[in-house]
Amino acid sequence: MEKLRYERPLIKRLESEMPNKFGMKAEHFPKSHIDGVAVKDLLEEHGSPLFVISEKTIRNTYQRAKKAFSTRYPKVQFAWSYKTNYMDAVCNIYHQEGSWAEVVSGFEYDKAIKNGVPGKRIIFNGPDKTISDLTKAIQNESLIHIDHLDELYTIVELTETIKKRPRVAIRVNMDTGVYPMWDRFGFNYENGQAWDALNKIMASGRMDLIGLHTHIGTFMLSAKAYGVAARKLADLALGLKRKYNHDIKYIDLGGGFPSKNTLKGAYLPGNDTNPVFDDFAEEIASALLNSEFSPDALPLLILETGRALVDDAGFLLGTVISNKRSSKGKRNTIIDIGVNLLFTSFWYDHKISPAQEFTHFNEETTVFGPLCMNIDVIRESALLPLLNRGDHFVIHSVGAYNMTQWMQFITLRPRIVLIDMNEKVHIIREAETMDSFNKFENTPEHLKKFEL
Amino acid sequence: MKIKPNIAVSDSGFVFNPDTGESFTVNPIGVDIINYLKDNKNTGEISTQIRQKYNVEQPTFEKDFDDFVGLMLNYSLVIND
Repeated sequence: MEKLRYERPLIKRLESEMPNKFGMKAEHFPKSHIDGVAVKDLLEEHGSPLFVISEKTIRNTYQRAKKAFSTRYPKVQFAWSYKTNYMDAVCNIYHQEGSWAEVVSGFEYDKAIKNGVPGKRIIFNGPDKTISDLTKAIQNESLIHIDHLDELYTIVELTETIKKRPRVAIRVNMDTGVYPMWDRFGFNYENGQAWDALNKIMASGRMDLIGLHTHIGTFMLSAKAYGVAARKLADLALGLKRKYNHDIKYIDLGGGFPSKNTLKGAYLPGNDTNPVFDDFAEEIASALLNSEFSPDALPLLILETGRALVDDAGFLLGTVISNKRSSKGKRNTIIDIGVNLLFTSFWYDHKISPAQEFTHFNEETTVFGPLCMNIDVIRESALLPLLNRGDHFVIHSVGAYNMTQWMQFITLRPRIVLIDMNEKVHIIREAETMDSFNKFENTPEHLKKFEL
Repeated sequence: MKIKPNIAVSDSGFVFNPDTGESFTVNPIGVDIINYLKDNKNTGEISTQIRQKYNVEQPTFEKDFDDFVGLMLNYSLVIND
């Protein structure tokens, strides 16, 4: 007789209190396949842990976002936010879909150029653009979003030696009624800094002021704030028209749209409560169309959303190392994924699904990573099935920031694979090796030998 | 390790302790273990029976068994010999 699948014995006291109306459902439904490829096979071939990216989800999400905006506003352009995920394969999917590149450093700028993005289709944001970066961006006719006056004056200086007119916009920060208000980037709308910068650009006569940009926050749960932002940028653009008879070519509302992840402390799952692309598109398009822009001079609407486009396309597969019980009686499960790989676990209660069938029995579990650090907690509390040592699981919605903010710590970073539209698996980043890590180190001759 | 004689266990995994009025739910392997305890089987015998029925290595089961009876002890469902 074939033996039954083992599940550890479980006894739970039945509580007689009122049920928790905000309770999250237990995650006992398995995620055994991603785009038709078995999780078990992926881990066998590529090792555990493993990042997996779904090309199908990326394209579907992008098309959903594009449809939401382009059905409401006639001129829409997306620019892929490199910092959210700058794996070349991922960037190129967005470029194939028509996205420009949005970069925030010289490193990212060079990556976009190497990927084949024309200079004119690169938006250069961020507070740290070196003279060399700016020179390159001016020569390539990239869209330079000026962050502060020092940068503005540097560009003016550079125009004395570079015989090209820089194509610039300013980044504007503003009060949109949300907390916290981001005011560390760009020039403030309310106190007149933004107008001051625009006047200085126009007075210099050496630059082409072609856009206005804002990025009001991150993981924004209020679509209305974008309507406020669009109205304030429209007000600046219309002011330029009145004062200088100058038409702005584009308005860039940045990013900050949320993914389906659930923020820590949220009562309900993000999947059910977070605004979707249509909500943001409605607010932004209405604000611009209802402004005083002449219908034949509507500016191009640029969007730099990153997280909402890529988060749900990323999965992190792993393996259970051990089960323990804490001194207070709570179930602790240790997995082979730490906060160094899953940076976003500091902000989200990531959904974790088993990769194999389980019964409906579950246990409230604290999920710890393998790092020898007390902060290494992936989920403080999750209702999980009775995972055994060696069982596999899938962490959902990890496509944004984890592959750019991950840290090499006490072990080497794993492979990243991409599942293409035909369910074929491609390695898009190799796992680190001791050699690849050590090649950056140099031990002085006198420190090479010792006796113990 | 013996289960208290007045503890009621149903086949579907419902456990009732009349001393405290508390109810518990137990998964199928947990019901098996409680029934073996009711039959006065010792730890070694229980381990053998379970490993014949379920696909599990001895060290894994023994660790989980100790955890399970530890909880039952905590809930006053069993008494030490």
